Amino acid sequence: MSLSGADVRKLALLARLELSDAEVAVLGPQLARILDFVEQLSELDTEEVEPMTTALDVVNRWAPDKLHRSLTVDEALAAAPRRDESCFLVPPVLGPAH
Amino acid sequence: MSRLDTEHQVETIIGLEVHVQLRTQTKLFCRCSTEFGAPPNTQTCPVCLGLPGALPVINEHAIELAIRTGLALNCEIPPLTKWDRKQYFYPDLPKGYQISQFDLPICADGFLEITDPADDTHTRRIPLVRAHLEEDAGKSMHDEAAGISDTRIDLNRCGTPLLEIVTQPAMRSAAEARAFLSELKLLLTHLGVSDCEMQEGSLRVDANVNLHIEADGKEIATPIVEIKNMNSFRAVERAIEYEVRRQYIDWEDTGETIEDRAKQTRGWDDAAEATFAQREKEESADYRYFPDPDLLPVRLPRERIEAAQATLGELPAATRQRLQSQYDIKAYDADVIVNQGPAMIAYFETTAETAGDGRRASAWMQQDVMRSLKESDWEIGTFPIPAIDLGRLLRKVDAGELDNARARDVFQYMLENDTDAEGAIEALGIVAVDAGEIEALCRELLEANPKVVEQVRGGKEQAIGALIGQAKKKNPNANPQQVKETCLRMIREG
Amino acid sequence: MSIPLDSATELLRLQAAGELSAVQITQAALDRIAATEPQISAFTHRADEAAIAAAEKIDRDRSAGLPLGPLAGIPVAVKDVLCTRDMPTTCSSKMLAGYHSPYDATVVARLRQAGAVLVGKTNMDEFAMGASTETSAMGVTGNPWDPSRTPGGSSGGAAAVVAAGNCPLSLGSDTGGSIRQPAAFCSLTGMKPTYGRVSRYGLVAFASSLDQVGPMAWTVEDAALLLQVISGFDPADSTSLDESVPNFASDVAATDVRGLRIGVLRDSLDQEGLEPEVRRAVLEAIDVYRSAGAEIVDVSLPHSHYWVPTYYVIAPCEASSNLSRYDGAHYGYRAAISDAEAAERGPLLATYCKSRDEGFGAEVKRRIMLGTYALSTGYYDAYYLKALKVRRLIRGDFDAAFAQADVLLGPVTPSAAFRLGEKTDDPLQMYLCDLFTVGANLAGIPAVSLPAGFTAEGLPLGVQLQAPPLQEARLIRAGAAFQKLTTHHAQRPTL
Repeated sequence: MSLSGADVRKLALLARLELSDAEVAVLGPQLARILDFVEQLSELDTEEVEPMTTALDVVNRWAPDKLHRSLTVDEALAAAPRRDESCFLVPPVLGPAH
Repeated sequence: MSRLDTEHQVETIIGLEVHVQLRTQTKLFCRCSTEFGAPPNTQTCPVCLGLPGALPVINEHAIELAIRTGLALNCEIPPLTKWDRKQYFYPDLPKGYQISQFDLPICADGFLEITDPADDTHTRRIPLVRAHLEEDAGKSMHDEAAGISDTRIDLNRCGTPLLEIVTQPAMRSAAEARAFLSELKLLLTHLGVSDCEMQEGSLRVDANVNLHIEADGKEIATPIVEIKNMNSFRAVERAIEYEVRRQYIDWEDTGETIEDRAKQTRGWDDAAEATFAQREKEESADYRYFPDPDLLPVRLPRERIEAAQATLGELPAATRQRLQSQYDIKAYDADVIVNQGPAMIAYFETTAETAGDGRRASAWMQQDVMRSLKESDWEIGTFPIPAIDLGRLLRKVDAGELDNARARDVFQYMLENDTDAEGAIEALGIVAVDAGEIEALCRELLEANPKVVEQVRGGKEQAIGALIGQAKKKNPNANPQQVKETCLRMIREG
Repeated sequence: MSIPLDSATELLRLQAAGELSAVQITQAALDRIAATEPQISAFTHRADEAAIAAAEKIDRDRSAGLPLGPLAGIPVAVKDVLCTRDMPTTCSSKMLAGYHSPYDATVVARLRQAGAVLVGKTNMDEFAMGASTETSAMGVTGNPWDPSRTPGGSSGGAAAVVAAGNCPLSLGSDTGGSIRQPAAFCSLTGMKPTYGRVSRYGLVAFASSLDQVGPMAWTVEDAALLLQVISGFDPADSTSLDESVPNFASDVAATDVRGLRIGVLRDSLDQEGLEPEVRRAVLEAIDVYRSAGAEIVDVSLPHSHYWVPTYYVIAPCEASSNLSRYDGAHYGYRAAISDAEAAERGPLLATYCKSRDEGFGAEVKRRIMLGTYALSTGYYDAYYLKALKVRRLIRGDFDAAFAQADVLLGPVTPSAAFRLGEKTDDPLQMYLCDLFTVGANLAGIPAVSLPAGFTAEGLPLGVQLQAPPLQEARLIRAGAAFQKLTTHHAQRPTL
């Protein structure tokens, strides 16, 4: 299979990765090669097979509705790249040009 | 369609997606508080902040509330439900995905019956596609006016349990959509599963609207629009009404149909009373749902569902029916009482039982009680007159000890003073007047008013009314009905 | 006296006998780290002061007669994928450089509770994606047996610090072989427990349905000691198993393998790409067991050919989702954007894309792209769903094999440690390093890598034992027996 530069860019946007032209040029063929490799799974007939999402044979793991201690504001915001006294600060969706 | 004066037959198609916050103490996947209104970012932990390494654990009570809601909405509760990740990037969603339910929701296939707003003697059954659990996002606050360029993020709400209830596109008017929402809110508050406060965001509505237009012998569907940002039931109604007009005009102008345009999102501007197009995302959403490997499926055995069913008790629709037959009251009156919620129902029932007369109790509820509540902005739970006291008062009316007018005086006195009916009657100096006293009073009046007697004898029975006013003056406790009857009897008997 | 930093069991004995203090041991470990780091660069963070303080407390508690945990005074290093509240947690990524977790991973909390002295965090492939520790943004780690070679990965640092004699125990994580392969490359015992046996709370997720924390040590006995401490139910991890944990010490002692049915994976020995020396090590191990009275049976896992392709769908899918949280909004790396970039895509989108582009390395981006692709509309069924179905077939193979054998024996890696830089240009070549190890992760079963000899060049070789779910005890029993009959695990590099 092959992935065009546009395919790779579209995927990169979905994954929120800003790839350079050089990265796109390298990644396209690499991804295509890996996808070709995993393509061999299609050889197997799995029509009747239940998908296996976990190795566990357990259900219903839950907890009672009892309050635990929350972090303080400062603990919550400690690793924030930008913050004010009580909130995370992130760049706005719309920029000056909009 | 009455509002559109067109030569075409137009049908409005409305489907609703309603998010209700479940009334748990803690979040869906961590044990932080869900309380509304706390200072920003004081109700978070590694799990709801989406910190590296943190893992979700289901809140069992949220499961229970979802089951109860599903059962009350006549849904099927499948034996197995699971969790999926819905992936998109937004700063109020710190994990980069929302834990939701994709193909195996906790509630499937239900319905809710509403009173047809066009004919209150009919009900309409609104079918539901599903109801699924998911975690809420946090809050983004952007204040351009304050000159702050960054968006502020508060993650207190992030992780609060939501039940998303999705209807079929089965509603045919804005009024019907509103009736659905009112009935849903009534049911959910009755069950205690949600506060359903649109202002606080514990109930949120998105409406999918389009039109089916008969034109040139074919039916044409207009492009579907999802309306967002409506903050009251009234707003939902108005937004849909606006959108119906807009879509019709748009169709007349452009001829665009559902085939020409993908679903678009429009926001409701309450002040402008209009919907407006929201910015289209630059990529089509691809949420890449897949089963959340951090959570195990939930298996709900039949016994558990049955146990939940048993705790539901009587639901509003059944209560309406019962009040009508048990107390012999009209559908409309039963509706009014039930729509006020469980406390009002209990108040009515106690009053009616004590009074021994459901219709009288209902009449007093509709007029005197509800008017007082409205005037003083009271809740029925804190209404100053206990139901049993009102019932006793009405029993006296029923027994002829008081007329309605005197009873209203007593009611007013009871409202203003902390006393029961007996106390009020005594305080107002209302004493029962015995038959001998009434006879003496009437004899005196008849003797003093020969003209009236003549008129009555001449067939003008209503002339007696003049005497009743005089009787009241002489003895305020005299029952006018009794005075009237006694006078007429004495005249007949000569 | 010389301090045996290669044996937790011995260090515990010497402390109990009053011959060594925790501070002496810790100081020796720190000195050794300082001496070997220039050659192997295995740590992303060294916690000298905190380690000494922890050791002092152990010594005080001991002299006060207070009860001590099972790892009291033992220096332990922790892979930098586990959250620690007093050390940075970086996953060897620029994305998390300098990030401090406000909480300890459950396994870390258990280590502290057990009296372990945490000496630092170890280097790894970025977000545990790799097989050589070369995708780390924190530098390249050398193999103590030959610093020009890789210690393996992704738990390369955790393997190197034990092999370098820095400390007797370390914690790694294993998603597709990331404990077992470095153990084989460094002549250590490394175990991936049953999925759910050890809490993942605080283990920074790579592929949630495959990740598991496990011990690395020279010997099975030491590994069992650490496994005992970290195993057991954790209500904070919904995928943690609520099963009792046996006392592994009795399995270390019971080394009789007579009657034990050892299933040999013949197919794997004929696998293309398997180096003859590795094959020879496996055959020798079979002989060791046979001569000790074990029953050798041939078993096959018919879908083993599909392990790697299945793994390289499921793991990237889960990873693409797990790594979505690193977007520069709430923690971690945030790139500065220019006005032009802000104007072009809007400040938020520009910040997301640039932060993730600059914060992640090439391998991480490759896997995010792969997973994003395989989960996207139109491809989900063909890739992700298909892989989940094959995963069940793979698990079925193991169930059938364990009907015939108590444990399975085979290679860990196709080759001994390769040279640094040798495979970095070809991702697929690197993925094939996981050829023999990903099966256990897909099936959720426990597996252990045991030292099994050396190449002619003196590079370590390993063999792998795999057991049915929750049968770690069986691996310990068989592994301890092997180490009683061999001396591979007693060899030390000259660093």
